[in-house]
Amino acid sequence: MSALTLDREQRRTPGTPPSKKIRDPFSDRVLVIVITVMLAVVLLLVLLPIVYIVANSFSSPRAVSSGQVTFWPVDFSLVAYQEVLTNPQVLQGYYNSLIYAVAGTLISVTLTVAIAYPLSLKTFFGRNVVMTGLLFTMLFSGGLIPTYLVVQDLGMLNTRWALLIPSAIGVWQVIIARTFFAHSIPNELYEAAMLDGASELRFLWSVVLPLSKPLLAVLALMYAIFQWNSYFDALVYLKDPNLFPLQIVLRNIIILNTTTAASGDIGQGLDARELANVLKYALIVVSSLPVLIIYPFIARHFTKGVMVGAIKG
Amino acid sequence: MTTTQPGAPLVRLDEPIDPAPQPKRGRGHVKRDRWTEAKRSWRRHWQLYLLIILPVAYFVIFKYIPISNAVIAFKSFNVLEGPWGSPWVGFKNFELFFSNPMFGTLLKNTFTLAFYLVLASFPLPILLAIGLNEIRQGIFKKSVQLITYAPYFISTVVVVSMTILILSPRIGLMNDALGLIGVPAVDFLGDEDYFRHIYVWSDVWQTTGYSAVIYLAALAGIDPALHESAKMDGASRLQRIWHVDLPGIMPTAVVILVLGVGNLMAIGFEKVYLLQNPLNLAQSEIIATYVYKTGLLNADFSMATAVGLFNSVVNLALLLLVNFVAKRITGNGLWG
Repeated sequence: MSALTLDREQRRTPGTPPSKKIRDPFSDRVLVIVITVMLAVVLLLVLLPIVYIVANSFSSPRAVSSGQVTFWPVDFSLVAYQEVLTNPQVLQGYYNSLIYAVAGTLISVTLTVAIAYPLSLKTFFGRNVVMTGLLFTMLFSGGLIPTYLVVQDLGMLNTRWALLIPSAIGVWQVIIARTFFAHSIPNELYEAAMLDGASELRFLWSVVLPLSKPLLAVLALMYAIFQWNSYFDALVYLKDPNLFPLQIVLRNIIILNTTTAASGDIGQGLDARELANVLKYALIVVSSLPVLIIYPFIARHFTKGVMVGAIKG
Repeated sequence: MTTTQPGAPLVRLDEPIDPAPQPKRGRGHVKRDRWTEAKRSWRRHWQLYLLIILPVAYFVIFKYIPISNAVIAFKSFNVLEGPWGSPWVGFKNFELFFSNPMFGTLLKNTFTLAFYLVLASFPLPILLAIGLNEIRQGIFKKSVQLITYAPYFISTVVVVSMTILILSPRIGLMNDALGLIGVPAVDFLGDEDYFRHIYVWSDVWQTTGYSAVIYLAALAGIDPALHESAKMDGASRLQRIWHVDLPGIMPTAVVILVLGVGNLMAIGFEKVYLLQNPLNLAQSEIIATYVYKTGLLNADFSMATAVGLFNSVVNLALLLLVNFVAKRITGNGLWG
């Protein structure tokens, strides 16, 4: 019996239930309810710590220090933000992180394209050797000290280059880019460009790159977020506080609990320690904000990037 | 040094992108050897060969020279003479490390923490993905996905900062909650027994949503006909999850488990180091943090490199072993 005739019959006999096939068995509906509740719990578990931090950051120092704040600001106040945004260490860190993110992204994307595009061409002799060489570095590395020695020998210690160059290319990003080039640039375009007498670099610049904007965006964001979030290279390679990225400033203030220079000269009304306390919450919010603001726009692309590896399991 | 980049691989893609063997082109009797092939490729792509020099140099300088520098593990490193000029000492550094009273503790801490992490963070993304797969497309589903995925983009420093503030003994959220049910305040970070749980569960908080994406992709790849025929046979949703979905994502799960175990020794050193304090050191000192301290803070380069090399070799051996076992048992592995 086709769906159409079933429909007609039902219209003729109004007493029968509207549809037989759509209704799920009872156990299935219970399962959906159980799953929904579980997902709601997961959602809360992920969200509540964040809400807690944000609520604290908008509360008065006194309320924070006495532990009154849970998920809603108590004694709404912007003192913490005022303090964070006028703190010279934080501002310097922000500035440095911006430099690292922008410069690092430019360097990284350029180098990644420069290696991934040739490797995506079937006629590029030696590409399997190079690819194997790259993949091997994912499995085995010389380690912290041998890498440090190289950076030292190159005279990069305690310079901005130490954060930009040694971590410039990610093998995973090369794989994503190579896969993209191999699948999205039709060979016909290449043939046509060659017939028209274009050079390879000209083709890369005027045809491939304009067609690869989504890829370039994903690579740029991956590298930018990586630079913005990284702290360990700075810890190892930098000594000069003026070069510290934001994450190091954050670590010094929150984790090592070093009181900031600025929190000393607050007006008499406020206890410096209370202020230092609330400052931590605002600092977390301020430093994560750039990433979390762009995150919803890029989540989809990141998901695609992850899936490149997932499809063939 | 283990830096986790956003979007870093959950599964490594090491198969060639064009696996189909190319049909022999041209007239059959002209045998084209590799040398001619290389010359042809150079004539056609010489600009690209120039382009690739810089990135290849990057890998040589920052990945392969460090591997050769690791030779200082077998030397008594002297800054003036450099890695190759320094005098050989054979396995002395390794022997010293193995006879060090710290050795047992380091090994135990590293393994316990790593196994705990793999065990805790393996099943949860699968559950999350299956749950998400069972509910209809809508705002709720979208927000669960978007929000559970978000912590992955928060930096390690911020996650550790949040952990410290939330677990703070006097005013933290955790102790507020415990206070409600009448439990006295606990100094979680000051007690070595809590360290592993804090490390593992904060990691689960951060990565579960991200890891679920890969299983969602695998679930989407399951042939709908399987579900249809199971429905025809009267299977309930739960039965379909058990008999269709789970077997469907098994290959992916195996690969992820292999990678997880294969990365045992490379666990998030950055985070361990941040969570460490003198009070929890007895359980939180792992091989990688020890390398950092002896190597850079105490400037014992040879010893630290020996320890790091030991770590890398054990790690690689584990990866190969687990991959071998997984291939034997399930037919799925990372390569081959």
